Amino acid sequence: MADDATRKAVSEIPLLKTNSGPRDKELWVQRLREEYLAPIKYVENNKAADNDWFRLESNKEGTRWFGKCWYIHDLLKYEFDIEFDIPVTYPTTAPEVAIPELDGKTAKMYRGGKICLTDHFKPLWARNVPKFGLAHLMALGLGPWLAVEIPDLISKGLITHREQQGS
Amino acid sequence: MTSIEELKLRVRELENELIKCKQKRCTAMCAEQPADNNQPHQRTRIEKMSAEVVDSNPYSRLMALKRMGIVEDYEKIRTFTVAVVGVGGVGSVTAEMLTRCGIGKLLLFDYDKVELANMNRLFFQPHQAGLSKVEAAEHTLRSINPDVQFEIHNYNITTMSNFAHFMDRISHGALEEGKAVDLVLCCVDNFEARMAINAACNELGQIWMESGVSENAVSGHIQLIIPGETACFACAPPLVVAANIDEKTLKREGVCAASLPTTMGVVAGILVQNVLKYLLKFGTVSHYLGYNAMQDFFPTMAMKANPTCDDPHCKKQQENYKPKDVAKTPEELPAVHEDNDWGIELVSEQTDDELKAASGPVPDLPEGITVAYTIPGGNGASGETVEETEQSLEECVIIIVTQSCHLRLRCIVPCLRVLK
Repeated sequence: MADDATRKAVSEIPLLKTNSGPRDKELWVQRLREEYLAPIKYVENNKAADNDWFRLESNKEGTRWFGKCWYIHDLLKYEFDIEFDIPVTYPTTAPEVAIPELDGKTAKMYRGGKICLTDHFKPLWARNVPKFGLAHLMALGLGPWLAVEIPDLISKGLITHREQQGS
Repeated sequence: MTSIEELKLRVRELENELIKCKQKRCTAMCAEQPADNNQPHQRTRIEKMSAEVVDSNPYSRLMALKRMGIVEDYEKIRTFTVAVVGVGGVGSVTAEMLTRCGIGKLLLFDYDKVELANMNRLFFQPHQAGLSKVEAAEHTLRSINPDVQFEIHNYNITTMSNFAHFMDRISHGALEEGKAVDLVLCCVDNFEARMAINAACNELGQIWMESGVSENAVSGHIQLIIPGETACFACAPPLVVAANIDEKTLKREGVCAASLPTTMGVVAGILVQNVLKYLLKFGTVSHYLGYNAMQDFFPTMAMKANPTCDDPHCKKQQENYKPKDVAKTPEELPAVHEDNDWGIELVSEQTDDELKAASGPVPDLPEGITVAYTIPGGNGASGETVEETEQSLEECVIIIVTQSCHLRLRCIVPCLRVLK
């Protein structure tokens, strides 16, 4: 996934500047603002490049996030719910994105459908604290995971297209 | 929301109460009835540890440590409280060892359930599958040694609401309610939980020990962390014991992590050994002890706290510690480039200095220990804010070719960072 397109997309995501976690009260509000601005820009860019692939929203405190992501494979759209908590040690540690409906279908997952980010994303995140935010988590964490796992799961018949399922 | 959680907690408390009552009644019955009854063998609580060498004394071999001149006052173990965070392969065995040693009180934290996939490790039994790990552990441990007090918490410590409760129990959950526990043992399997424990202990000034087993199951380590004095978990990138295996030969297909009962047992053993040495004041407590199963190599070292640690509470603890501190911590250590674990190569034109800034300082580590990754030094604000950033990234792209990429990602991940 480290193709030029991804690299370009990531380079266009604004970097964050407030080093603050959810236990910090006021500073966290500032960080939260940035956490919203960056994905907004990223989604705008994605739309402009006709590559819109996720939506995110959070609870009032910004400590729990949920949304949808979708992946196009053989011209069919596969959509999944995503969710994650902001850990108390954020942004030093990245959130663990979960796709609960895929829990148990792939070994590249931890308990509760948390996708495995250990090797391809965590060191990258650690090197970029606090400049990386949730938009980067999407672009460099979830994105590459979906690109690798979803085609594999489809080929194994572990996920089927919803409309095909219906008919 | 909170009321449901509180009620759940209450239910759990009552369930525990019930278990305790049952056990009390059972032990009372056992005491009354002749030895050949059908009741499970439950012994009564022992008020005072005895050194008497008789088959019926569960502490005779431990008390013999005094006679041998190893431990001065073994009975003191009953006054200590230890919190075990993570009751998995290492944590459960750790808890069992402490229970058998007659520790005063154990606090167990884990949010996971027992699964059949855990059966390659020690302690848990197939019939416990489905139970929460802390609950199952309490059952077993209480029957092994009814003298130990248990307090179990079935939640994930890294979320906001649980973390506050976790901090509260660490600082108030000792035998004598209101006092801090004597030691926190980190037996978790992930970076997030370790950082959460680190944050809590730095804030509270709580001494703790970290333990870990590598995901290829052939190396592990333990580390004593005294906030302000020894390196905290955030002072340096995670340390790993090199296992001397070619990463390329590792078959990662289908599994996220491997585990062995042997490695887990060894790590739990060296962890509890150091806990006993620390609590009962004998021998020397290792600051860092690694275990490389491939070569049976045990590297040790001591690491001072990093004055530029990212955790503000670590820095605060360092200031508090300083008056006692004589030797000064060496400033920035030179970066080592010989072992380029991540196979970092440059795409754009960069000078050596820029490369150095990108790979960051590597602590001076003894043979056999490396950092899991390096963190670029000098994270100065260079104006790359959320509002105005688009331009600066493109020209300085570093490609990390991960050697151990099990995600079949074509083994290439971009690392983007802005250089000043």
